[in-house]
Amino acid sequence: MEIINYQFDWSVIWQQPYGSMMLKGMFTTVLLSFLAWCIAVVVGITIGVFRVVPVRSLRIFGTCYVQVFRNIPFLVHLFFWYYAAPLLLPKSGQMWLYDTVPNYAFLAGVMGLGTYTASRVAEQFRAGFLSISPGQFRAAFASGLTPFQTYRYVIIPLAFRIILPSFTTEFLTCFKNSALTMTIGVMEITHTAYYIDSFTWHGLETTTAASLVYLTLGLFVVTLMGQVEKRIKIPGMITRRS
Amino acid sequence: MDIDVIVDNIPFFLGGLILTFKLAVIAISGGIFLGILLAQARLSSRAWLYYPATIYVHFFRGLPLILVIFWLYFLVPVFTGHSLNEFSAVVISFIVYEASYFSEILRSGIQSVPAGQVMAARASGMTPFQTARYVVLPQAIKNMVPAMVTHCVVVFQDTSLAYVIGLREFLRRINLVDAREARSVELYFFAGLVYFVICSLGGLLSQRFEKKQLKGAHF
Repeated sequence: MEIINYQFDWSVIWQQPYGSMMLKGMFTTVLLSFLAWCIAVVVGITIGVFRVVPVRSLRIFGTCYVQVFRNIPFLVHLFFWYYAAPLLLPKSGQMWLYDTVPNYAFLAGVMGLGTYTASRVAEQFRAGFLSISPGQFRAAFASGLTPFQTYRYVIIPLAFRIILPSFTTEFLTCFKNSALTMTIGVMEITHTAYYIDSFTWHGLETTTAASLVYLTLGLFVVTLMGQVEKRIKIPGMITRRS
Repeated sequence: MDIDVIVDNIPFFLGGLILTFKLAVIAISGGIFLGILLAQARLSSRAWLYYPATIYVHFFRGLPLILVIFWLYFLVPVFTGHSLNEFSAVVISFIVYEASYFSEILRSGIQSVPAGQVMAARASGMTPFQTARYVVLPQAIKNMVPAMVTHCVVVFQDTSLAYVIGLREFLRRINLVDAREARSVELYFFAGLVYFVICSLGGLLSQRFEKKQLKGAHF
């Protein structure tokens, strides 16, 4: 095995115009995963609650949601949101969409990633709810809380603390999955790294830089969430196994 | 709805599905093989094995698969002097990437066997190899089969990423037909359905193993 004389040129990462492209790509990645995460948490908690409540139709709906997302690759979901979803709207809706939304790929990416991550978040919450002793539910009902209040003030705060470590993992998965939006044309960091290669033939440097971005931001999130876990833990409730 | 666009292209899609399965089988077997080596290294007490393996696993688990595909696509020619064809680029990335996930499943399976059993086996005169062969592995494998099957389903879904490098697997072919016929709704529903059926079967299999395991635990 011999290393052929490949001329490394790391300056391609900060040279203009590529430097600002990389920065913009990084910003897009962060923004996209953050927006998707917001959708994922809201929808995920709702579906997670649906899966454990004693109402049959809601449980079935929750199970279907999770199964559909778990058994179909994320890429198919993305393509569906990007290519097929607008066609399901009435003509006027389509016109409105293409007229008013400046960057539909980004919107499709956020929706696709958000709803997909929601199914994973829902599973985490379901596991969290199931690990809470039934006594907590009974005590909350007995003290006169409505079902909604029970979840809002007792169950969700407890479940959230239990699942926080896997919650962090899910966020990182969401963050990594955001790279797939490049297939529908969103200019996030992976796409930018690949795109710059077509001008410079220095894709190795840019993809290495992109890898470092993912690893650094991931490490940052893990450290941050580690602090949050420490701050909000109830003694004896969180068990983090490494 | 226009079903004809699907019916007319069935042989074309079937060819893609075969390639998808081929990719999945290679990725899973290669990933498990490399994963076993990594898991052994991570459980080893030798620093020169433990640290590189640990860094490897954390490195790849922190990256999106799609980026690894591109990265290796650019990196390998620097070492070999030949550019990779699409198929080997994708296969190498899948094996390298999935091995880090498989190794974690294997490791936690092996660690699920209480340390006391290893000590007992060693104390009764078994060699390390015999301990692994007759005491640890039979129990570890039983514990990790459901997680393994679940991850195999994930790998099967991940093969759709071969799309980005132009390999004509199932999803790419759906996309190609869509570009020609402009029937997005039907085609993507169909693609979703095919993946759903295959992956649900995998999910059911994993559930069965889990149930069997629970039964076994109470013997």
